[in-house]
Amino acid sequence: MQNKILILSVFILLWILIYLNLNALTDFIVYSIIGLEKHTHLTNAIWFFIFEVPKVLMLLILVVFGVGIIRSYFSPERTRKMLGGKSLFAGNVLASSLGVVTPFCSCSAIPLFLGFVQSGVPLGVTFSFLIAAPMINEVALVLLFGLFGWKTALLYASTGLLIAIIAGYVIGKLKLERFVESWVYETKAKQVEFIEEKILFTERIDTGIAAVKEIVAKVWIYIVIGIAVGAGIHGYVPENFMASLMGKSAWWSVPLSVLIGIPMYSNAAGIIPIVQALLEKGASLGTVLAFMMSVIGLSLPETIILKKVLKIQLIGVFVGVVGLGIIIVGYLFNFIFA
Amino acid sequence: MNVIKVYGSGCANCKRLEAMCTEVIQENNFDASIEKVTDLQEIMKTGILSTPGLEINGKMISSGKLPTKSTLVHWIQDNIN
Repeated sequence: MQNKILILSVFILLWILIYLNLNALTDFIVYSIIGLEKHTHLTNAIWFFIFEVPKVLMLLILVVFGVGIIRSYFSPERTRKMLGGKSLFAGNVLASSLGVVTPFCSCSAIPLFLGFVQSGVPLGVTFSFLIAAPMINEVALVLLFGLFGWKTALLYASTGLLIAIIAGYVIGKLKLERFVESWVYETKAKQVEFIEEKILFTERIDTGIAAVKEIVAKVWIYIVIGIAVGAGIHGYVPENFMASLMGKSAWWSVPLSVLIGIPMYSNAAGIIPIVQALLEKGASLGTVLAFMMSVIGLSLPETIILKKVLKIQLIGVFVGVVGLGIIIVGYLFNFIFA
Repeated sequence: MNVIKVYGSGCANCKRLEAMCTEVIQENNFDASIEKVTDLQEIMKTGILSTPGLEINGKMISSGKLPTKSTLVHWIQDNIN
């Protein structure tokens, strides 16, 4: 027990030390070890790659570990209990927040949806949860923080929450229960109660480490490829190249980005480094953020899974309301950062 | 005969849990059969909210988690005859 915490502290200290000196380390590797000439396209691209890959991976490890520990305090069963009998608006707020911290994988979307609805959690509140869970994603948060700074990360998280709350509220208000497949309400489910075992903090540390292993193993390759593409754009694509295409003046770029983003299936890890490079070349933040949100928040595979329990009209409303929310956020960002 | 049921519609963790159960049973010579339940409505009837669900002799042990191998051995040992 004591040992584990000691190792953890040393690890965190080491982490901070390396992270704070990454800039100097990269300079050393690029100019002294490889011996590249300064300010050429190739050097710029390589410097970017050598700097960003460890930086993003380090941030990822730290945040995924932290989130893993936080999530060990939550479970879908407990979340459902907390959401039962909540009124519409308060329920939406709570469901969206819990969507961020409850451990949940998209392959469980259906059992979770059914379990919530059957136990009396209102449809709109259930949707708030289902929208927030993929949209506010720790990997996206890390990348936004690492590549754009804390303001952008915070704006992303808060607008994501807002979309989940409002979209769920609207779906609740529209009274769309009739568009849920009828067998959903007919199936009677047993209520399972798991015995709540007391979990030691060291076990939570293990949960955090397991989360790091799982997520980093899954996304590192996307991050490396994403940063490599980003590095290429960074070094070679001329400044302001994207301005006419994805810039503020092109009003149609926000809805277009969302339309392109919905059928795209990627995780945040692959999309953000590319997005950063686009931004650097004159694309505007709102447009880029809208694109990213629609890629990770609204995915085609997930809506196809939902087709098993929802009628097409309700899926249409779901995609429409969330898509509209993302478009509004896109315009808002473009307006604020004008 | 002891029955271990793994509930899941085919996600990566569900497959891994099933494979782990097979391994544990073989390695420890447990007398049990494994059943994979993929039908959505059957999964729903159990009341679990996330997959994979693990049921041993009619008792739901866990859901939405991939246990370590040693934990799984304990779970199976404690719940079979």
